[in-house]
Amino acid sequence: MGIFILYKTILSSGILMLSLLVAMYSTLIERKIAGFFQDRLGPDRAGPWGLLQPMADGIKLFFKEEFMPNTADKFLYILGPSLTMLIALLTSAAIPWGGNLVIGGKEYPLQVADINIGILYIFAIVSIGVYGIMIGGWASNNKYALLGAIRASSQMISYELAMSLAIISVVMMTGSLSLKDIVAQQHGLNWNVWYQPVAFLIFLVCAFAECNRSPFDLPECETELVGGYHTEYSSMKLGFYLFAEYINMFISAAVMATLFFGGYNFPFMDKLALSPNAMAVIGFFVLFTKITFFGFVFMWVRWTLPRFRYDQLMRLGWKVMIPLAILNVVITGIVILIN
Amino acid sequence: MMFTKYIFFFLSILALYSALMVLMSRKPIHSVLYLTLTFFAIAGHYVLLNAQFLAVVHVIVYAGAIMVLFLFTVMLLNLNKEEVSPKPVWIKIVVIIAGGTLMIVMIGIFRGYDVALKEDPFLTQIGLVKNLGRVLYKDYLLPFELSSILFLTAMVGAVLLGKKEQI
Repeated sequence: MGIFILYKTILSSGILMLSLLVAMYSTLIERKIAGFFQDRLGPDRAGPWGLLQPMADGIKLFFKEEFMPNTADKFLYILGPSLTMLIALLTSAAIPWGGNLVIGGKEYPLQVADINIGILYIFAIVSIGVYGIMIGGWASNNKYALLGAIRASSQMISYELAMSLAIISVVMMTGSLSLKDIVAQQHGLNWNVWYQPVAFLIFLVCAFAECNRSPFDLPECETELVGGYHTEYSSMKLGFYLFAEYINMFISAAVMATLFFGGYNFPFMDKLALSPNAMAVIGFFVLFTKITFFGFVFMWVRWTLPRFRYDQLMRLGWKVMIPLAILNVVITGIVILIN
Repeated sequence: MMFTKYIFFFLSILALYSALMVLMSRKPIHSVLYLTLTFFAIAGHYVLLNAQFLAVVHVIVYAGAIMVLFLFTVMLLNLNKEEVSPKPVWIKIVVIIAGGTLMIVMIGIFRGYDVALKEDPFLTQIGLVKNLGRVLYKDYLLPFELSSILFLTAMVGAVLLGKKEQI
């Protein structure tokens, strides 16, 4: 029991550190990629190749002046960014990061909690993710912030529906809500994306919307709303909002890789005939490569596509994504019935 | 398990406190947020009863969707005024009588209820999604389908009401 608790503590703090580190360097990678797309260099002053840029940004954010509007709701104003950060970090608990480690004849899974409803757990956390933005936007007592918060909430509710409907078809095929089972079924190259390409596309689009990433970054649309929901935020409180966005991106890339691209599975994995420990480590790196790829897709889309207009966004969500997702569920059901 | 007991008490106190604060908060936004907190505390109780599916669906549906819409509406209405206009006396009397009646009914219900624990208080596996699905789609298929139709009707009604009138 003691070893079990120790192991879980080490694992969860490791994952926490990993998501923070990844989020930190995503900011640098994003700026480098933006530079690449716009034919410039990107940050390269701090350290070799600009590697110390995230540190410099972090230090800058910490030392900036804390500012709070006079008319703000003090408690909620602080609660907003804290909640956003907390919720962003909660999701990683249910993701299987690799196979089982075997130490001293005992199996240690590389997953903090194998909940039998893992995928629903992730959706529950995603669905409450909007609270931080709404609370922050409202508590600032600023019209632009409020508009951003309201946009965020309606956007998230709309896209959540299509997202869950896209997942239902995957769950119908797998017959389980546990992420571990879903990954185990995609052994080798038997990935879900070959069977459910439509569901994957819907999920991808909705993931952009759920992370408030361009082309769906209307809650913080700077051409219309100054800074959107974080107009009134400064210093590390703003840093939390920005940081949580990168963590969310990392986690949604991980969920995408897990659900549709086989998680830690890779082709010809049976032919290697390695020990389970080596397989677990390789599996982790394979999953990480997939996550990096999806992170790149996120940035690629952001620096290539223009922003949607709000009515276009709503129309896309309700009139295209949801009917398409329902159709996908029905077709999946019919195919399963025939087989 | 002592640990579960402590969690139970913590969640119960949290649920009661936040439910009270829903009524006592001055700002409507605070009330809505406290109501969300109540839902989380109740979801925690479901987890303690090993009904994880119910807990998660509770969070998704209530905290994730319904309360967000509530918050949305309250924010748009801008009910931010601190002072609440004092109610006339007769309204207070009516409220007290109505509330008291409800309390009498509740007391009546709980007095008639056998609180003594049964031999097997609850089956630990009953809340898992497999068993729940089996029960819903086998034993209670008709009520389940009927309530689905009810929801569908409500949805169609809402869409119809929300539609702009075409003259």
